[in-house]
Amino acid sequence: MSAPLVDIRNVSHRFGQLRVLKNVSLAIEPGSYTLLLGPSGSGKTTLLSILGGFVTPSEGKVFIRGADCTAVPPAKRPTTTVFQDYALFPHMSVGGNVGFGLRMQGVDGATRAAKARDALALVGLAAAFDKKPHQLSGGQRQRVALARALVIEPAVLLLDEPLGALDLKLRRQMQDELKAIQKRVGTAFIHVTHDQEEAMALADHCVVMNDGRIEDEGPPERVYARPATRFSATFMGESTILAGTVTEARNGIVTASTAVGPISLPGTSPAGANVALAIRPEHLVLDEAKGDVAFGMAKVGDVVFQGSFKRVLAASMQDAALQFIAKAPASATVQAGDTVPVSCHAQDIILLAD
Amino acid sequence: MTMRAAVRFAAWAYAIAVYGFIFLPVVVLVLFSLQATSFPIPPFTGPSLRWYQAVLSDARLTSALVNSLLVAVLSSLASVTLGFLSAWGFARFVLPGSAILRGLITLPLTVSYLIIGMGLLVLFNWAGVPKSLLAAGIGHVVINLPLCFAIIYSQMGDHQINIERAARDLGAAEWKVLLMITVPVMAPAIFAGFFLSMTFSWDEFVISFLLTRFETTLPVEIWNLLRSGLNPKTNAVGSLVFAVSIVLVVFFELTLLRRKPA
Repeated sequence: MSAPLVDIRNVSHRFGQLRVLKNVSLAIEPGSYTLLLGPSGSGKTTLLSILGGFVTPSEGKVFIRGADCTAVPPAKRPTTTVFQDYALFPHMSVGGNVGFGLRMQGVDGATRAAKARDALALVGLAAAFDKKPHQLSGGQRQRVALARALVIEPAVLLLDEPLGALDLKLRRQMQDELKAIQKRVGTAFIHVTHDQEEAMALADHCVVMNDGRIEDEGPPERVYARPATRFSATFMGESTILAGTVTEARNGIVTASTAVGPISLPGTSPAGANVALAIRPEHLVLDEAKGDVAFGMAKVGDVVFQGSFKRVLAASMQDAALQFIAKAPASATVQAGDTVPVSCHAQDIILLAD
Repeated sequence: MTMRAAVRFAAWAYAIAVYGFIFLPVVVLVLFSLQATSFPIPPFTGPSLRWYQAVLSDARLTSALVNSLLVAVLSSLASVTLGFLSAWGFARFVLPGSAILRGLITLPLTVSYLIIGMGLLVLFNWAGVPKSLLAAGIGHVVINLPLCFAIIYSQMGDHQINIERAARDLGAAEWKVLLMITVPVMAPAIFAGFFLSMTFSWDEFVISFLLTRFETTLPVEIWNLLRSGLNPKTNAVGSLVFAVSIVLVVFFELTLLRRKPA
């Protein structure tokens, strides 16, 4: 395999006493759409700033196309950033904004205008060339910022919560367009968000961050189905978490004792290890015990109708601290106050080291 | 007459008295500048442009007027340039003792012109700088730089930081970021600072009086004229000074108030 397009090696960063990144290493493949996902304070935005050259890391190195870019200023590195507040130049026309990067490269006026028009057409704003930024809506400004960053053909495009300021409907629409544009231009996109739905919808490669570390990374399907840590099991989608201790491990089958009794599942944790068992809401079965692993009875606390399904919260009768989060079909008759058996299939349980 | 009508009458009377107090001197000045006879006292004998003609054919007054304009424009350009650069420095870089330094830079706003003028006089004397228009211009930069700094600094928000970053990110060198992004974005504040400096420099008397000798500015020349008593010519030149001030203030208001939506 060829060298990665971006190679982040052992990067740590401090703001004063605060360690915001702790020995982070990450490789980005050419043409990929990478999502940095995490709560605020997880270090995802700092990592993006380090990639863009706005912050020089305290330790570690950043290679882009094999060249050491750790201390190269933003103007001289092959990255461009789409800022959260768009940061359009208010005194220039849309065309002037999009053409700015080319102008800095010394490209002549006619070529600049032609390329700027192409870039605007790419984002569906061909007619806005002569307008001023303040005449555009939020979504349109977002597209101009995207065109402005793409027109100089960066090796990597960095997007800092680009959809954060848009309303929900526009956000979902822009999501689809971003993905389509990325596929068309083939540039590697690195996109920071705290919205896990956005991450699942857009990412080829999803990087879950927490407290300055990478918790988990991989294709979103894998991160969702088999999260590597307890944090990513709860941050990327919801999970019911059962704490337990391994009592027996044999032939690839682990038995753990939990608040709802012993549970056996495929796995390799050693006996005596503390583990967390995570179960996705869609894998919990609420009516008569159909699954091969039973969790006992639970009292339904809340049923929320979500259109295509019902989200059910139920407290275990054995351990009131244990909350089951389940997804029931829209037609389910379950109601708050009902007592229901809870079960699932052993292969759907995610075994996590605790 | 009802109580309400009386209150209304009193309010009007009060308003007229206040505005009269403020504007009557100017009205009288302008009115008697149009006097046709030799004394600026009632009865009014005009209107006549006789005294304006006299002013414009007086070589001393016209050269003082040109001097005043020159000092105002050049000292304001220097003030606004230095004020802008210091505002940008304070807004964009973390400096040790930033708050104290910012306080110090605006301090001359609170010091009397007389003190500043005397200080400069002593300093220039010691340094061997002769009394001149240049010396007066430097004095005007001392009083106007803090003003330009305060106006421009107050308008430099965090939003512009990302705009400047975006320009740098797209390959702009630092001086290009300043000239192509920061200055145009800050243009309203920069123009406002420039016109306000012009206004203050244009009718500044004390510093110019202390720091100029042979070639001098219009306010000092008017003072010379007044020593030989009032005549409609002083009214006419005063009205000209006033008219230019009004124009500058209007420019200041327009640039500061008519801000484009971001």
